[in-house]
Amino acid sequence: MSATRAPEAETIAQGAVVPGPSKPPRQPHRITVKMLLAWAGLVAFTIVFIYPFVWLLSASFKPRGEVFDNKLIPQTFTFDNYVDVWNEAPLGLWMMNSVIVTVLAAVTVTISSAMVAWGFSYYRFRGRNALFALLLATMMLPGAVTMVPTYLIWDALGQVGTINPLWAQNLFASAFYVFLLRQFFLGLPRDVFEAARVDGAGHWSIFWRMAVPLCRPALIVTLLFEFQAAWTDLMRPLIYLRDQDTFTVPRGLKTLVDQFGFGGEWHWEIIVTASVITTIPMIILFFLGQRQFIDGIATTGSKG
Amino acid sequence: MSSAQLDAPVAETSRSPRRGRRRSSPQQRSDTRAALLFISPWIIGFLVFTLWPVIYSAYLSFTDYDVINPPTYVGLDNYREMLEDDKVRLALRNTFVFTLMSVPAKVIVSLALATLLKQAARATGFFRTAFFLPKMTPPVAIGVLLLLLFNGQQGLINEFLGIFGINGPAWTTDPNWVKPGLVLMSLWTIGATIIIFLAALQNVPQELYDSAMVDGASPWQRFWRITVPMISPAIFFVVIINTIDSLQSFTEAYTAFFGAGNSTYSNDAALFYAIYLFQQAFEFLQMGYASALAWLMFVIVMVVTALQFWGSKKFVYYEGGDNT
Repeated sequence: MSATRAPEAETIAQGAVVPGPSKPPRQPHRITVKMLLAWAGLVAFTIVFIYPFVWLLSASFKPRGEVFDNKLIPQTFTFDNYVDVWNEAPLGLWMMNSVIVTVLAAVTVTISSAMVAWGFSYYRFRGRNALFALLLATMMLPGAVTMVPTYLIWDALGQVGTINPLWAQNLFASAFYVFLLRQFFLGLPRDVFEAARVDGAGHWSIFWRMAVPLCRPALIVTLLFEFQAAWTDLMRPLIYLRDQDTFTVPRGLKTLVDQFGFGGEWHWEIIVTASVITTIPMIILFFLGQRQFIDGIATTGSKG
Repeated sequence: MSSAQLDAPVAETSRSPRRGRRRSSPQQRSDTRAALLFISPWIIGFLVFTLWPVIYSAYLSFTDYDVINPPTYVGLDNYREMLEDDKVRLALRNTFVFTLMSVPAKVIVSLALATLLKQAARATGFFRTAFFLPKMTPPVAIGVLLLLLFNGQQGLINEFLGIFGINGPAWTTDPNWVKPGLVLMSLWTIGATIIIFLAALQNVPQELYDSAMVDGASPWQRFWRITVPMISPAIFFVVIINTIDSLQSFTEAYTAFFGAGNSTYSNDAALFYAIYLFQQAFEFLQMGYASALAWLMFVIVMVVTALQFWGSKKFVYYEGGDNT
């Protein structure tokens, strides 16, 4: 990305195009002031954006009476909340359920979407464009329309109450990722694959041995996006999960909000701590794949 | 392999003469078979999890169905009921008000921040990370944060306002302030939008600004005459995506105001359409009515999106008549 280079280019270009004989040496200086002002503004907003995390983290180490004191550093520092959450809720189980759902959802959707994207990008067959238009059109369909019948399908299969409805649909690819991956496949040099075919490589081995490894950056973006989507989802766990032991972490957190929040017990320190626990895996995920997340989103935007 | 296959550009969409129409070679047939196998996961998924649900949902919308007893046909009753249902009206108003406040606010704030980011030169990466990070927060946790930070008595927001002698409202309980609170909270997660805008801003050719400066254009003029038209495709994309999202928003408001623990105060002000639909389907088991509600949601999303596409023709500038 040209993220860091663009402003330098700006300086050079300005120097070149506006050679005003009066004050060329002051040009860089003025830019610096502008940059300082921008930094000041950005620092202020950074505090606004990061403060809620700090607040939440700090509150999770405060005893019950001090959760709302809005102090940055806890007056009384305690780990009790983490112990309490662990004792009050089957957090270990929720974590495990979330990990299983998230991994299965991400892996299946990545493989299936890559296959479909490959089918749509490498091959030409009659009706391809119409089918692909149909695939794009499904992205416009609000989830609410299919929500009830989809529930009835899983009910008929006896899967309501299990975690399977939370990921199994990902076996059948997702239009958004197909679109994303297809863009990537289309950018690959076709000759390489044709050459391999001449050498007798089969359809599957061209896809699996050649296209997939070449497409790794886009596959990682897909994995990361779906990791996030599956981990943070609340609606499907609300619809499909009944028994506390099958809950995912966000679904469990919602129960804790109901139980310890306005439901009556007013133990906000439990909720705060559970929120931290729900959020931290996503923060870690972001720092593992920061570049992919940001490039992935920038690409999505420019392809729109 | 036929030469037609090698010559044609991969992303071909135009109506080129169909040279492959002659008689398909074994190679072509094998290709088609392989292609269909590759896309078969999506075809199966489309038939089972999209097409059938769409048809069945349309059917259910004309029935009463509680999952236990078989659906009974009731004609247009569900749709008639929707017209008279005060809660539908309320939910629609809440959803529109929220969308009308949150989408413009998101676009303006993220464009401003992206512009600042572009000026920041070397430190762009650091600030971009800081702005994006909240987007990683699970929406449930955002709902929790809303309750805590916007708490009327002890919340951080009101304490901050207090510094300036402002007596902050009861964001989470006063019906007039619930939606503004939700809107402000939604501004916390504009990280993706900022990144899209920043990428668009960085693609605006510097020469345009340079020649405008030579002509003596003010920064304000440069923004409106160069920046906005040049990034208008990104603005359009962001508006469409955020509008569709806002119209269906559910989790933050549901976490904060609904569920088992909501009995202590009125939550009418936070009743979004998606929440009402969810309640009808899975709390009251009114599957028929919920299906009818879903179809209204579909119509609304389609109409709003179509209006935006129509409106965009005047405002969106595509360089060279094509997007890249």
